[in-house]
Amino acid sequence: MSFLSVKNLTLRLRDNRAPLLRDVSLEVSAGEVHGLVGESGAGKSMIGKAVLGILPRAVEIAGGEIWLDGVDLLTLPPAARRKRVGGLAALIPQDPLTALNPSRRIGPQITDRLVDILGWKRTEAEARALDLLGEVQINDPARVMRQYPHELSGGMRQRILIASAFAAEPKLIVADEPTTALDVTVQKQILRLIAGMQARHGTALLFVTHDLGVVSKVCQSLSVLYAGRILEQSTVRDFFAAPTHPYSAALLGATPKYTDPEGSLTPVPEAIIARLRAEIAAYDEAHHG
Amino acid sequence: MFWQKLIARIGTTAVTLIGVAVIVFVVIRVVPGNPVAMMLPPGATEADVARLTALYGLDKSIPAQFLIWVQGVLQGDFGTSITTRQPVLDLVLGRLPATLELSIMALVMAVIIGGIAALTGTRLRGTKAEGAIDVANGMALSVPDFLWGLALILLFGVLVPVFHISGRVTPSLDLPFTTGFYLFESLFRLRFDLWADIVSHMLMPALALAIPLAAIIGQLLKQSLKETMHLDYVTLSRTKGYGENHVITREALPNAILPTLTLVGVQFTFLIGGTVIVERLFSYEGLGNMAIDAVINRDLPLIQGIVILFAVIFTAVNLVVDLLYTVLNPRLRHG
Repeated sequence: MSFLSVKNLTLRLRDNRAPLLRDVSLEVSAGEVHGLVGESGAGKSMIGKAVLGILPRAVEIAGGEIWLDGVDLLTLPPAARRKRVGGLAALIPQDPLTALNPSRRIGPQITDRLVDILGWKRTEAEARALDLLGEVQINDPARVMRQYPHELSGGMRQRILIASAFAAEPKLIVADEPTTALDVTVQKQILRLIAGMQARHGTALLFVTHDLGVVSKVCQSLSVLYAGRILEQSTVRDFFAAPTHPYSAALLGATPKYTDPEGSLTPVPEAIIARLRAEIAAYDEAHHG
Repeated sequence: MFWQKLIARIGTTAVTLIGVAVIVFVVIRVVPGNPVAMMLPPGATEADVARLTALYGLDKSIPAQFLIWVQGVLQGDFGTSITTRQPVLDLVLGRLPATLELSIMALVMAVIIGGIAALTGTRLRGTKAEGAIDVANGMALSVPDFLWGLALILLFGVLVPVFHISGRVTPSLDLPFTTGFYLFESLFRLRFDLWADIVSHMLMPALALAIPLAAIIGQLLKQSLKETMHLDYVTLSRTKGYGENHVITREALPNAILPTLTLVGVQFTFLIGGTVIVERLFSYEGLGNMAIDAVINRDLPLIQGIVILFAVIFTAVNLVVDLLYTVLNPRLRHG
């Protein structure tokens, strides 16, 4: 039994019913790192948001199931669902500059979930936060706990958010493009940090990214999305050896190579895009209404 | 940095006050109407008028009068009221507590009403209830304070007479107070009977002043709350397991409140201005009521004193808001 199991999830916009995810299914076992790859707007972030229950108000779930540790979250009442997700899962957000509350000190932003939701003692929660800040290689954690976000760099803040995500020892973490907003020099360190933390804690990771290079480094399996449809699901090893879908092959081909940056930058061929669009249109036709 | 800012602010305040003093001094002397003529009984001779005019120094040129007045002010002497013949400073300071209490009560009511409206509207966003709150806000905003005062007098003074609508306290009561701050002193002395009577007098004028301000606070705070609710740290807080109420009050509110605070500072000075008419309407013995009497009687020294005091209050309020802003926004605290 997979720890996270998304079955036939369909999302659409509330007002004009335009589909955002079309019949998406995926499985993530305990401790597995699963990559969600696709262009901007492919719907990869929406999967993570649906699992965590933070879909924008304009988006509604039109069908499907989201099983987390043996319970279908979509059948739970909102309060019970929030509590379950808060205890079992966590988010590493995309932009560390906007994901910390500017008017609250760092310490309480890490410990609040432990104390308020999971009922820890404050002293225990603070000790845990200090440990984790040390683990993400922050110097003088006790001082940082008393600081405000604006006093820290982007890289520091992302480390804090990673520590915060691991605070309740969750079984699943959704990492939503966690390095996109960072400086290139910091990206690698953060990536290595997330991979290391994941391995040590044995946490399953849903890794949302548009960077296949990142997927090859940290993921074991992946799903390729296009326009809210999953085109291909496989292990990372098989995928990079021989992608089965022509779009995946084209994506791989579009990855720039250091040896030949100009020549290797090839766009996905028009013919493949046209074929995908036709498939999506046919799908929408078949599922109309 | 903080002290430099404070000293600079006090400097600009002094310049502002001098400007206000000059304008008021000139304007009330240029407009028609002679205070001396109003003091003397009908049938007074030209000689009587001339003597009294000289007595109050009104025969000198305006710049000369101004210099005399400024010299007095610098020694704490704001002159003598023409109508009551009492020192202006005593009169004005005697009335100040009544107006301050009324303004502060109105401000507190406005913050409570507006805050509740904004929080409820945010909690129920996207529903019909939010629409109803918006409509109520619009109505409250489009009617000025003195009309609300009239409406409240009709409603709670005439139709359902549950509150006092005239004066500051029931005149037959024995008042043990040593300060002018009746509302606070009655609480301090544990005289809850007097306190209830004072509140019953203040509630309607305070509400009339509070309603338009509450609407402005409600509207702006709801707007900034709704913008804040989309931010990443609010979303992150939801993933931790927090519900809507916690997310609104603990994550969004402390950040959304800053623009509202600036506005409250500006609007509070308008509210104090509003006391002039509302106090008149409710025969409330405050500065505003005194200001109207002073203007009607052409009591020049008293008008000057009241206007200067209002100007001092306005600048003081703005200073307090600036300081509060620094306290609430950690980004301003450290260079």
